[in-house]
Amino acid sequence: MVENRPFGNILAHLILIAGVLVIVFPVYMAFVASTWDPATIANGKLGLLPGPYLVENYSRILFEGTGRTTRAHVDVMLLNSFVSAMIIATGKIAISLISSYAIVYFRFPLRMVAFWLIFLTLMFPVEVRIYPTYKIVADLGLLDTYAGLSVPLIASATATLLFRQFFMTVPDELLEAAKIDAAGPLRFFKDVLLPLSRTNIAALFVILFIYGWNQYLWPLLITTRDDMQTVVIGIKKIVTVQDALTEWQLAMATAILAMLPPVLVVVVMQKLFVKGLVETEK
Amino acid sequence: MEKRATFSNKFLPYLLVAPQLAITLIFFYWPASQAVKESFFIQDAFGTTSSFVGLENYRTLFADPYYFHSMGVTAVFAIAVTAASLSIALLLAVQADRGIRGKMAYQTLLVWPYAVAPAVAGVIWIFLFQPSLGYFAHLVRALGVDWNPLLDGNQAMTLVVIAAMWKQISYNFLFFLAGLQAIPKSLIEAAAIDGARPTRRFWTIVFPLLSPTTFFLVVVNIVYVFFDTLGLIDAVTGGGPAKATETLVYKVFQDGKLGGDLGGSNAQSVILMIIVIVLTSIQFRYVERKVTY
Repeated sequence: MVENRPFGNILAHLILIAGVLVIVFPVYMAFVASTWDPATIANGKLGLLPGPYLVENYSRILFEGTGRTTRAHVDVMLLNSFVSAMIIATGKIAISLISSYAIVYFRFPLRMVAFWLIFLTLMFPVEVRIYPTYKIVADLGLLDTYAGLSVPLIASATATLLFRQFFMTVPDELLEAAKIDAAGPLRFFKDVLLPLSRTNIAALFVILFIYGWNQYLWPLLITTRDDMQTVVIGIKKIVTVQDALTEWQLAMATAILAMLPPVLVVVVMQKLFVKGLVETEK
Repeated sequence: MEKRATFSNKFLPYLLVAPQLAITLIFFYWPASQAVKESFFIQDAFGTTSSFVGLENYRTLFADPYYFHSMGVTAVFAIAVTAASLSIALLLAVQADRGIRGKMAYQTLLVWPYAVAPAVAGVIWIFLFQPSLGYFAHLVRALGVDWNPLLDGNQAMTLVVIAAMWKQISYNFLFFLAGLQAIPKSLIEAAAIDGARPTRRFWTIVFPLLSPTTFFLVVVNIVYVFFDTLGLIDAVTGGGPAKATETLVYKVFQDGKLGGDLGGSNAQSVILMIIVIVLTSIQFRYVERKVTY
C-alpha cells in the first residue's frame, strides 16, 4: 500500500461487494427458484428466500425425469457430461504430453512439420468446420457414442505448446545423467519428466475439464438419442419446449446441477485453476 | 531454442506424435479442406449430386443483406461485451489490488462464473428477464420500459450482451489482477512522492503499463464473442427475434442445419476461418513482442 487512505479502502470494499452481488445474485435467484413450486413462480410471487420444495424438485429431475418436457433423466445427462469431460481432459493431456515429448527430445525428419500441423489447429475451431466434421463422425459411425462426443475434440495445440515450453526449461543435465545411467527414452519419460510435470498436468486438467464439461455445439450436433445428451444441451430442451409450459423450477434446478461440478472444481482448486488459465494463454 | 541432448530412435518419435497427428488430420484438416472445397459447389436438394459453381456461393453471400446484417450484429455484440466486461473487470481488479483485506475471498467470489457454460448462464438470464414472471423483468417494467425481448430486437440483444458479459468478467478480472500485480510498486511510490493522486497515477502510470494485458484481453474477448457465445445465443434467443441476435457463427450453424444450404454455409465457414487466422496471428504476434513503452 502506497499511502493510507481509509476512505479509499472503504470505497474499494463497497465496489467489490457490489461486484460480487452482481455476479452472485443471478445464480442465487436460480437456486431460490429451484426450491419453489410452479405456481409461486408463475404468479411472479418469488421472493428472495428459498422455499420448501428443494428435495421434491431435485429428486424429480434426478430420479423421475422431467415428465412432459423430456424423457431423459438429468442423472444420465450428468453422467454423460462427466464421462465425456473426463475423456476429453485426460485424452488431451495424454496425447499432448507424448507428442511434445517427441518434438522436444528427438530429432527426426518431419519434426517441424508435425509441430506446425499441431500448432495450426488453433486456426480451425469446430465452429468454422461444423458440417464437414459432423459428416466424418457420421461416416465413422460415431454418432451417439462417447468416442464421438470426445475424440474429435482431443487434439490440443495449447496443451502441446504448454508442455513443449515446459520441457524446454527442464535442464539438459537430467537427460545426460539418465543416459549415463542407461535409462531409455520411455524410462526417462516415466521416471523423470512425468513427475516433474505433475503441477502443470493438474493445472491443465482443471481448465480442460471445464472446457469438456461446457461443450455445447459439438454434443448438440452428434447426439440424437436422449440418453446420450450432456446436461449443458439437455437444459435448453427443458426450457424451450413451449415458453408458457416451461417448468422453471426444474429448469433452474437443472441449471444449478449443470454448473455445480465445474464451479466446485474452480473454487476448490483455485490456485491450480489460475495457474492453468494464465499458462494456457501464454 | 533446441535441446543439446536428445534421444536417437528411428520409430519411437513417430509413434509418439501419431495419435495427435491422426486426430488433427481426420477431424481438423480434412473437414476444413472439405469446407473450402464445398464452398465452390452447389448441392441439389437431396444432397445426391453437386456441381462446381466457382465463386457463386460467395457472390450469393455478399449479395445477401442478411449476411451484412449478421456482420453488424456480431460487431455490436463484440464491442458491447468487450467494452463493458473489460471496464467492469478493470474497476474490480484495481480495487482488489489496493492491498485491502479479504482479497482472496473477493477473488474466489468473482472468478467462478468462468466455469459456468454459456448456455447455462443464458438459461438463468432468460428466467430472470422472462417478461411475465422474471425478477428483473418486473424491475424494468416498474421503470416504465415495455420489456419483451421475445419481440423487441434491441432488448433481445441487451439480454445476450448482459449474459455474455456476466460470464466474461471473471476471466478479465483474473488477467487484470495479474497484470496489476506485475507493475513495480516503486513506480507508484515514486509518483506518490511527487504528489500524484491515485486517479492521476492510474491514468498516467498504471493504465499505460497495463496496455499489453488490455490488448491481449481485447483479442481474447472478441474471439469469445465470435465463437463461444453460440450456445448462449442458441439457448436465449435462437438468433431472433427477426434475426436481431444472429451472429456470424450462429448463421453458419442455422443455414447448414435448417436451411440445408451447405454450399452457402461452407462459404461462410471459409470466411470465418480467415477471421480466426487473422485474430490468432494478432494474438501470437503480441506474445512474440509485447506492446510496451
